[in-house]
Parts: sequence; structure tokens; C-alpha cells
Amino acid sequence: MANFLTTVIKAIPIGLATTFKNIFKKPITLEYPDVKPDLSPRYRGLHYLARYDDGEERCVCCGLCAAACPANCIYMEPYENERGERKAKIYIINEIRCIFCGYCEEACPEEAIFLGREFEFAKYNIPDFIYTKDMLLDNFDKIEKERRVKEGHKFIRKTRFDFRSPTPTMGPDDV
Amino acid sequence: MDTLDIILTIVKVLVIFGGLMLMVAYMTLFERRVVAWIQNRIGPNRVGPNGILQPIADAIKLLTKEDVLPAGANKIIFSLAPTITFIPALLTIAVVPVSSSLTLFGRNITMVISDMNIGILYILAVSSIGVYGIILGGWASNSKYPLLGGIRSTAQMISYEVSMGLALVGLLMIAGTFSMTEIVNQQSSIIKWFVFRQPLGFILFAICALAETNRIPFDLPEAESELVGGYNTEYSSMKFAMFFMAEYAHIIAVSAIITTLYFGGWQGPILPPIIWFLIKVGFFLFAFVWIRGTLPRFRYDQLMRFGWLILLPLALLNILLTGIFMVL
Repeated sequence: MANFLTTVIKAIPIGLATTFKNIFKKPITLEYPDVKPDLSPRYRGLHYLARYDDGEERCVCCGLCAAACPANCIYMEPYENERGERKAKIYIINEIRCIFCGYCEEACPEEAIFLGREFEFAKYNIPDFIYTKDMLLDNFDKIEKERRVKEGHKFIRKTRFDFRSPTPTMGPDDV
Repeated sequence: MDTLDIILTIVKVLVIFGGLMLMVAYMTLFERRVVAWIQNRIGPNRVGPNGILQPIADAIKLLTKEDVLPAGANKIIFSLAPTITFIPALLTIAVVPVSSSLTLFGRNITMVISDMNIGILYILAVSSIGVYGIILGGWASNSKYPLLGGIRSTAQMISYEVSMGLALVGLLMIAGTFSMTEIVNQQSSIIKWFVFRQPLGFILFAICALAETNRIPFDLPEAESELVGGYNTEYSSMKFAMFFMAEYAHIIAVSAIITTLYFGGWQGPILPPIIWFLIKVGFFLFAFVWIRGTLPRFRYDQLMRFGWLILLPLALLNILLTGIFMVL
């Protein structure tokens, strides 16, 4: 009986007061399609393949990303371009298999592959999730265009010659 | 009773019925919004500005749903049960005076459909019919969970109706009348409200009213976490909607009754009586939702113990105390 009285006289009014206070609090619901969530700066979304400032792709098809990938979702085949550089002929990321761990980004010695902030790439067909090299480069172009609109044209990435020592066979820039 | 009286009654019935149905529709939205606010959510706000067309969208959805009849169900009783629950909920409002009487064309028009001299008895009688719908619906579904829900509802209603009736006795002893209109007239100022003359009786009545309407914390008949959906598990489409309309109509009716019996009905200064009535009813509707957003469900044994060992003795004590005070 005493237990019952403390419930009625003390506990229930405290509970009611708590819920009443919460009525006036700001809802924490995010009305998603209208309001986008605040992503963490380290958010890992859809991949992109970066380019140098002259528009050439950074990837040299070394295969380290594919080796680092725990989900085995990266496939690539190399070729040699007219300047004798090793580039990717085929570079495929299967976004269905990908677990967005970011190991490819860490493994990449050329700073070519990154995980972007795009997360709204749901599609109706599974084959549409096989991202080819062109699609991944397009992702980069889109991001770069947005960045230039926002921040103006400025170089944030080093050009390729900051990375390697120039050698006579390196291509037109050395001539 | 001449023709004009009959027309007048029909008009009153239509207006009150229409108003009640509108309130039932918007009570669903109100409850969802308020519970959402309590839980720091937003609630339905997509259909129309601020979600005000949500009840219409819900109605269209429910009307176009498939009407499932479970195998082995008793078809007639299964179809009849929602109606049996719904109609008594609407009937109770008939004796509640919503406003002061009006003199129009030399005629005294009372703002109540039927000013019975046994209004409170009528409410108690009619509201107990509503239980049959739940029990029959649960039984006719030919399914375990609805049956358990129906049985629980039976036990709960029997336990709490006793205390509800007895809680009202104290009020009736002071008021000396069963007529709702007369009871409102006796509460002409705020000090004369029966809630101050019958505080214990009011608390008991409010608790029993919660139990009678199957609301949290007394929603054992439909206990989602234990009985799937309780008595309405097998129901779908408009029959399901009917059970819920009955529940909301019950809440509104009970709020109106509490307002009338304990909070002076339409009495109040400055504002027109109907506004006062709606404000008071609105407060109790809010309180119902508020309690829903706060309290967990009773355990079955707690429910029974609370009903028989606490509410009933307190109701009897209330009668005793009222009697003593009246004699003094």
C-alpha cells in the first residue's frame, strides 16, 4: 500500500512532468528527402577516381586497392598508353559487394581512389551498381565541378610531377 | 411533441453526431501528433498543411483495404462486433449538455439531445454494452489472441465498472439528481465544481474511465506486445477502423462526461458556453494522450489487484466520507 501511494503521489506526476516537458523540445527527426543529414567529415560514400589538374587520371592500375579490398569488389586490367605509362584499361568496382571500409583509399599510392560523400545512389537493377572506370571518373568530375563552384578554381591536389622524379621518357611535360 | 420538436431533435442529433465524428477523425491525428511530440518526433505532417488531411487519407486507405474474413470465423457476429462497440460509444454523448439552453423564436431549446432524468444511469448502462462488441469480436475471430483479448476485456470491464459506478455514488449523493443538465446547473461557479467537492471520487472515476476506454495503461485487451493486436488482430479494412473509431468516440464521450460531472460542463465566464465545453473536453482529450505517452501497461495481476483491492475499497471509502460530511 505504501509502495502504491509513492507511485501515485510521486512517481506518476514526475513521469507526466517529464513527458510534458518533452512536448516543447525540438524534434530530433530529420525530414530526410527535404533535409539532408550532416555527414561526418570522414564519411565514406560512393567511390571516385581522381584526376590530375591537367585532366589525366591518376590511377596507374597497380592493383594495391584490389589487394587491400576485403570484399574483393575491385577488378582491373592494365595497359600501356602512347607515352609508355601504365594505366587502367578496365577498372571496375562492384558497389553491391563493397563494404565502404576505405582500405582502397588507404592503400592507393597515387592518391587516385577516394570514397566520396555521395550516399544516394540507390538503383532498381543490380547490374547498375557495377561502376566502370568512366563512371568513377565522372563521379570525380561532378565533385570537382561542385567544388569549383563553391570554392573557385584552385588547385588542391598536387600535380603528378610532385610525386615522381622527372625521367626522359615521362611524356610531353618533360620535353 | 409537435413536428417542430421532432425536426429540432433531428437537427441536434445531426449536429452533435457530425461534430463527434469530426472530432473522432481528428482525434487520431491529434493523438499521433502529441505522442510524437512527447517522443521528440514530428508526427504525420505530410498530407495537407501540417498533416490536417491525414484522417481523410487514413479513411481512404482503410476503405480500400481488403476485408479479410478468417477461416472458421462466425461471419455474422464477426461483422456485427465492430458496430456493437461503436454505437454505444456514440450513444453516451446523447445525454451530455454541450451548451446552455437557447431561446429562439420564443422556444426554449436545450443543447442536449435528450435531457433524461436518469442520465448517469443511462451512461453506465450504455457504456457497458460496448464491451460485448469486444468480447464477441474476439470470440468470433476463431483465433487465439483475439479470444485472449476478449477474455481480458471481460474481466477488466467487470472489475472496473463496479468501481466506476461506486465512484459516481458520492457525486450523486451531493447532487441529489441523475440528470446531467441539473448537475451542470449546480456547478455554476468554479468553487462549486464537483471536482473540489469530490476529489477522491474524481480520481477514481478518471482511472476507471481510462480502464473502460481500453486506453494505456489499461490497454490489456489489445496489448500489442503480448497479444499481437488483441481483440482486433483478425480485423482489417473498415471493420478494424470501426473498432478504432469506437475507441476514440469512447475517449471523447468519457472526456465530455468527466467535464460535465466534475468540471462544470459548459459553465464559464466571458466565452460562450460551447467554447468552454470544448476547451474542457479538449483538455481531457489531451490528458488521455498525455497519459498514453507516459505510462507503461499494467501487468494482468496488477490490474486485477488494483481494481479490486485498491479502487473498490477507496470508492466505498469515498461514499462513507461523503455520507459523513453530509450528515455533519
